[in-house]
Formats: sequence, C-alpha cells, structure tokens
Amino acid sequence: MALALCLPLLAAVGILATGRWPNLREGVTILTSLVVFGVVLNLLPGVMSGARPGFTALQVMPGLALAFEIEPLGMLYALVASGLWIPTALYSIGYCRAHGEENQTRFFACFALAIFAALGIAFSRNLFTLFLFYEILTLSTYPLVTHYGNDEARRAGRTYLGILLTTSILFLLLAIIWTWHVSGTLEFSPGGILAGRVEGPLVAVLLALYAFGTGKAALMPFHRWLPAAMVAPTPVSALLHAVAIVKAGVFTILKVIVYVFGIDFLTETGASIWLMYAASFTLLAASVIALTKDNLKARLAYSTISQLAYIVLGAALATATGVFGSGMHIAMHAVGKITLFFCAGAIFVATHKKNVSEMDGLGRTMPFTLTAFFVASMSIIGLPPTGGSWSKWYLALGAAEGHHAIFVGVFMISSLLSIGYLMPLVGRAFFFAPTPSHDAESMSGAGEAPASGFWSSIKEAPVLCVAPLCVTATGCILLFFYAPKVLDLLQTMSLGR
Amino acid sequence: MTEHLPALQTVLPLMAAPICVLLRQATLVRIFSVAVAWTCLAIALTLLEMVSTDGPISYALGGWVAPLGIEYRVDLLNAYVLVLVSAIASVVMAFPLEGSELRIPRERHFLFYALLLLCISGLLGITITGDLFNIFVFLEISSLAAYALIGLGTDRRALTAGFSYLVMGTVGGTFILIGTGLVYQMTGTLNIVDLADRLPAVSGTRTVWMSFAFLVVGTSIKLAAFPLHQWLPNAYTYAPSIVTAFLSATATKVAYYVLIRVVFTIFGAAFVFERVGLSNLLLPLSLIAMAVGSLAAIYQTDIKRLLAYSSIAQIGYMTLGLSLANVDGLTGGLVHLFNHGLIKGGLFLVVACALLRVGSPTIEALSGLGRRMPLTMAAFVVGGLSLIGVPGTVGFVSKWFLVLGALDKGLYFVAFIILASSLLAVVYIWRVVEVMYFQSPSHAPVREEAPLSMLIPTWVLIGSTIYFGLDTDLTAGVANRAAQYLLGGGL
Repeated sequence: MALALCLPLLAAVGILATGRWPNLREGVTILTSLVVFGVVLNLLPGVMSGARPGFTALQVMPGLALAFEIEPLGMLYALVASGLWIPTALYSIGYCRAHGEENQTRFFACFALAIFAALGIAFSRNLFTLFLFYEILTLSTYPLVTHYGNDEARRAGRTYLGILLTTSILFLLLAIIWTWHVSGTLEFSPGGILAGRVEGPLVAVLLALYAFGTGKAALMPFHRWLPAAMVAPTPVSALLHAVAIVKAGVFTILKVIVYVFGIDFLTETGASIWLMYAASFTLLAASVIALTKDNLKARLAYSTISQLAYIVLGAALATATGVFGSGMHIAMHAVGKITLFFCAGAIFVATHKKNVSEMDGLGRTMPFTLTAFFVASMSIIGLPPTGGSWSKWYLALGAAEGHHAIFVGVFMISSLLSIGYLMPLVGRAFFFAPTPSHDAESMSGAGEAPASGFWSSIKEAPVLCVAPLCVTATGCILLFFYAPKVLDLLQTMSLGR
Repeated sequence: MTEHLPALQTVLPLMAAPICVLLRQATLVRIFSVAVAWTCLAIALTLLEMVSTDGPISYALGGWVAPLGIEYRVDLLNAYVLVLVSAIASVVMAFPLEGSELRIPRERHFLFYALLLLCISGLLGITITGDLFNIFVFLEISSLAAYALIGLGTDRRALTAGFSYLVMGTVGGTFILIGTGLVYQMTGTLNIVDLADRLPAVSGTRTVWMSFAFLVVGTSIKLAAFPLHQWLPNAYTYAPSIVTAFLSATATKVAYYVLIRVVFTIFGAAFVFERVGLSNLLLPLSLIAMAVGSLAAIYQTDIKRLLAYSSIAQIGYMTLGLSLANVDGLTGGLVHLFNHGLIKGGLFLVVACALLRVGSPTIEALSGLGRRMPLTMAAFVVGGLSLIGVPGTVGFVSKWFLVLGALDKGLYFVAFIILASSLLAVVYIWRVVEVMYFQSPSHAPVREEAPLSMLIPTWVLIGSTIYFGLDTDLTAGVANRAAQYLLGGGL
C-alpha cells in the first residue's frame, strides 16, 4: 500500500530525470501506471474480505498524524484513479506527440504527482491527511491547467487556483479545525465523530462549510473553475476533470458525510436537507447550461458539474442506498466521462474542431471515436447496457428510501436533459451530411498533424488516441455486468455506529 | 564546562567581532565567523536540550548572585528563541557575499562580519538575559549594528532607511529605558523574576501602568507592530538582501519575545489582560495589521518591499496569538515566531540569489526567471506556499494553532479573518509566481542557476519550512510547553 502511494511520486522524479529521452520517459509513465494499478488491484481482495490495512507515516502533532487506511470507498476511488491512469497515459502520449506539445516532461511529471495526490486522498485515514493531499492535488495540477502558458491559460489558472484555494482554506480548513476543536479527533470512523458534539443549526453550518469548502466537488456557486480549466490539453481534462480532481471533491464530501457526520446523525438532525436542494439546483442548472454550450469541452464540463451534483445529492440523502449509489456513480461517471473527453480530444487532434455545430457527418470519417462517444453518452445518461444505469438506479432508490420522492423526479428530469445535450452530437455526426467547407478544413487539419498512426480511408486520430477511448468505452459496457462486484465492495463499508 | 554555556552564548560572538577586525583577510574572516555562528547554534541546541529535561537554568554572571548581579536565565521559551536566532545566523553567515549588494569592497568585508556578529551577540543577549536593564543594553548593541548593516546597501536610499530606523529604534529603546526606570523606581529591582514577585503588590499604581505602557510601546516599535511599522518597509527594501534575510528572521522575532516576557513573565497575564485589557487594543490592531500588510503587499512593484509588507502582516499573526491569551493562541504566536523566521529568511535569500542574475529587485525584472533559475524559483514557490499556509508546510502549523485559539475563545470572526488573510497571501505570492513563470523574459532564457554555495543555504531554510511542517516536535511541541508555562500551567 505504501508502495502504491510512493510509486507515482518516484515516477515523477523518474520522469524529470529521464526528460531528455522521450521514449524512456514515456516508458517510465506507462510502466508505473501498470504497476500501480496492479498493486492497488492486489489490495482489493483483502478489503473485500473486511481487512482495513493501514499505516501511520508521520506524527505531525499530538493526535494529528499523516496516516493511511484503506476502506471500501477509498479502494474504489483508488481503483478508478489508478486504473484510468493507464489509458490516459497512452492517450496523452499520442495526443502530445500528435500535437507537438511543449514542456512534455513537466506535463508528465505533474501528471504523476496528481495521481500520487489522488491516491493519497483515497487512502487517507483522517481529515488532516486528506486535506494535505487535497491541496497537493490542487497545486500539482496548476501547471497542467496553465500548460499553454498564454494569457488565456493564465486567466484560467487564476480562476482555478483562486476558487479551489479560497474554498479549501476559507471553508474546508475552518470546518476541519472546528471539527478538531469540538471532537478532538479527525479520524474517519464508522458512524461519524460529530454526533452529540455539535447541535442544532450548527450541524447544518458545519456541513455547509464542508460542502462548499470542497471546491473540487464544483457545487454551485463554486463551479466556475471547472469550465475555466478546460483550456488545459484534453488528456488533462480527461483524467483530472473527469476522474482525479472532481472525484476527489465528491469523494471528500462522501467521506465526510459517512465517516465524520455519520448518516444516522444527519438523518436524525435533518441537517443535510438543504444540501439536497442545493445539489439539485446545481444538477439541473448545470444541465441546462450544458444545453446552451456549443464548444464540446465546455458542454462536457457543465455535464460534469451536473453529474457531480448527483453524487453530492446521493450522499446528502444520508441513506445507505444513496451512499452506495454515489459510490458507484464515482466509478461509472469516471469511465463514461473520460471516454467523452478522449473523444473530444481525438476529434480535435484529427480535425481541429472544437464546436458541436461543426461536427456534422464526422461519424463517417471517425467511426470508432464517435461510436465510443455514443456508448459513453449512454452511460452518462444512464441507459442500459452501460454502467451508468446501475448507479442512477441506486441513487433514485436511495431517494425513494429516504422518502424524498421529489429527488427521484430531479434525477429523471436531469437524465432527460443529458440526452438533450449529448445525443445531438451523435445525431449530427452520423446522420447529417458534412458541410463542404468543413471537409477542406479537415483536410488541412489532418495535414498539420504529424502522422504517427495509420491513415486509411477513414481519418481517425493517431492509434494511441483512438485505442484508449475504445478501451474505456468497452469499460462502460463491462461495468454494466460488473456492477454487482462494485456494490459488493461498497457494501462491506460500515455505515453504522 | 556546560554550566558556563549561557554566558558563552553571547560572549562568544561578542568577542569574535573584534577578532574579525584583527584578522581582516576576507576568506579567513568568513571561515571564522561561520565557525562562531555554528558554535553558537550548538550551544543553543545544548541549552534547549538541558532546559527541556532539567527545567530552567539560572546563571550568575561573574559570580554575582541574582538580585545584585546580572542573572542569565534560560527557560524553555528563550532557549527556543536562541535556537532560532543562532540557526538563522549560521545559515546567513554561510551565504557568500559575492555579488550581494554591499557598498563595501571585498577587502573590507571583515567589517560586515564584525557587525553581523555584534548584531547576533546583541540579539542572543536580549534573549538570554534575566535582567530588564540588560535587555536594554543588548538591544542597543544589536540595534546599532543593525543600523550600520542596513546602511551598507548599494542603493543610496539605504542610508536614509537606516537613519529613519535609527530614529524610530532609538525612540523605542528610550521608551524601554523609561519603562525600566519606572518599574525600578517602584520595586527597586531589575531582575525579571524578582520583578514578577514584587510587581503585583504595587500594580494598582499609575507609575506601574505607565511603565507597562512604555515597555509595550517601546517593544512594539522594535517589533514593527501595526501602526508602529513605518521604519520596516524601507529598511528591508534598501538593506542588502542578506542583511534583510537575517534581520527579518531574527530582529523582530526577538522583539516579540521581549513583548511576551514583559506581558506574561514580568507583569503577568492577570494584570495585562484582566486589569489593563491589552487584548481590546492588540486584537483589533493585529487583525488590521494582517489585512493592511497583506493588501499593501499586493500592490508593491518591488519584491523586497512586497516581502516587507508581508512581514508586517505576519507580525500581526504573532501579536494576535499573544492577544488571544490562551494556550493554543500563544502556541500559535510562538510557533509562528519560529516558522516565520524560517520562511522570511529563506525568501530573502531567494531574492539575494535572484539579484545575482537580474540586478534589480522589481517584480517585472523577475519575468521568465522560472526558466533561468529553476531551483531558486522553486525555492520561492515553496517558501510562498509556506507563507500561505498550505498543509505540510510550517505556515499551516501556525495557522492551525491560531485558529484553534480563536475558536477556543468563541471568536469565530477572528478565525475567519485569519484564514481570509492567508488568501491575500495567495494573491501577492501568485502575482510573483505568474511573472516568474508566464512572462517571457526580454532575452532568450538561458539556464543560469545561482551557485551552489548560495543555493544550499537557501534550500536549507526553505527545506526546513517543509520539514518543520511535518515534524513539529521542536517547534509546536516546545512552543506549546512554553505557552503552558507562561500561562501558569507549570512546565
């Protein structure tokens, strides 16, 4: 377990050291990602059988330690983050080379650091450790977001860092110190640590500090960083804004609700009811905004915001099923959304198109990419036979179980809205005729991109771009059949006191 | 041998200063001064170790016993400050003078070392002595050396900056002297322990109140506590960076220590907070210092001035810890004394490295330096993160205790302001970071890293801000015990 944590850190060093030889450097990335996933996977059987391996790395202050422990939620998040690192690593190599990106060494090193931070968050045993890695994640991804170094990137970087640091320092840290002040501990423990120590409306205030303090969960009105960060190269958007960062946010909220507040405590006090409404608002508003966006990545960004609100809502319901649904949605949404981002990037590499309205007839030239897009869209919407259908099922079930029928409605409406913002692209790509001007553009675009893969009659992106997205799209379908396994893992979680 | 360590702590650098003048040869002097500084550090660490296991040490200077003679009294609190001062001194001494903005030529560098040693001796003396008048004496030694050191800057304005510091510093020193005189008049003793015994009996008199006021205001000038900070920005900006690094990390910290002594040991928390009500004044002023200092830092165009204003804000954190007057708050203040010393010392050394290559301390001039001097600028980023208080760095530890102290008192808005002002730190630090990494320099970026002899001392300080952010035994552990002891909880 320490191995899984240290390896990405070592990889970052290794990448910096081998920066002069690109092939060797990429070798380091790929090898580490494979080994890390292997190590994490190896921990799975133990956790499923109820073991909670852990260790204390450092005693920072009395009672405050840098300590790690694996529990089912963290296991799931670690699996998702490390598992999706592999296709992303391959994809970024294809993308960066096809694009002739600069500063690739810094790029891959920061990437490895971000994975390190994500695993740290997943394995953290107390709020302090989680907060430490949460901030490392913010800072290590800043160079990725501002990768292009131009004015736009700099502005986006400001928004990114501004919102994430402001919320985390102002609200999250305050909430953590407050928790320490009232309970004298920050350990995640089953059933929570706050019950009986905070009372009345203060519970809701504290929950608000946590929910809004976790800026990475992109709860409105602190969501602006997510669309802004889309100026980053697509692999960054893919892994970080579909998997590592945003999931770190919702994972934190989920952990806090389950292990700091305790779902029983929240149900008794009703302190999370406002959060259900706040999350529903974000959920619906973000979906509506997504409908209006023509830029594909912006549309996906708002879709992410909306899907994150699903997870927050599921957690706020404070029912066992809701929590399971949220946990599953972390995995399902990650696989689906990363595929969508991969597709957006592949389209951009092959044709230099960013807007949905320009993508008419693209299905004829890029059949693999667009098919993958279709499959992943189904998963995001929640249609069988894809993984997303299960998580939405459990989320809705959780809402019903908590006697919050209104939120079942919210889930349904939002699913309809997601059909509205995802499916038009598929329709346009497969059924509309390509516009003539667009053909010429695509020719010149293809000409610019140095060919490293195969070029046949169909003009796909390089194979290193297309293969990973096909794999993750297949993953969406496989997860439909493996969902019970995920549920088994989550059900070993101890929710009660 | 070990029983004479308290005396050696100050006498060693004091004696070493004239020896420097005799040695004269630049390299020789440097090696000698470094050896002296490191010996001081060793002594300080030994003292801390002794105090933390066996309790306070009392040393009668020259064999004259306490109430009559001068007593050197080492307890956990000042042993901790001694370690900081001598540690910073050891690092700064090792930093090469080549290329630094000193107005004197190499063959007269021995004067610089002599002054620096005098300054160190004065600061260590203030810290270690158990005699109020002796504090004043050492304060003058360190201050006079400091005025001269500031005046060494190549910029002509260094002279006026040094002069205005002299004026302010002398006013402060005189206030302290007046305060000392008044308490002597009332109690007939200058020994701190004795004073603490005798003052409560006369604490109702106006003379004692006046002496308290003079002592607090006098030390606050030295501390540059808002609104008595006017001398600080110019002094820090125009002094040679290496001098600024030393002074910012030690001089104000020692003044803070004196303030704590005056408040908690001499007059006692009961008198200061319950009868005088110092918190009513100091708490708002600290909060204003945090806000105004940080806001002013945001608008600076000169990197040294930016860091100087940031210092004013950070001093606000320290005085805030004092004014909270509970164990967590005071621990926060004391931890921040140590932590801010490391951070600011490190950051000013970074500036010294940068000035080697860019020549002008404006922020504009730093553009593209992220490429030219990656290791130096990485040090700046890490130091900046510590200043912001990102977890895993020392700044986080200070803030943790300060916020806890505020929550303990039920002052939720104070807790909020502490955190909010660290966001202002994000703004001013990131302004510099953006210039360093995103603005393309006027000419092609060539990698011109500072020499190792500069990088190593810089990274020692910057690295220690990470180390002490993760291992807080020495800092928070000792500070916490010292705070409990000061607030009457026993050692």
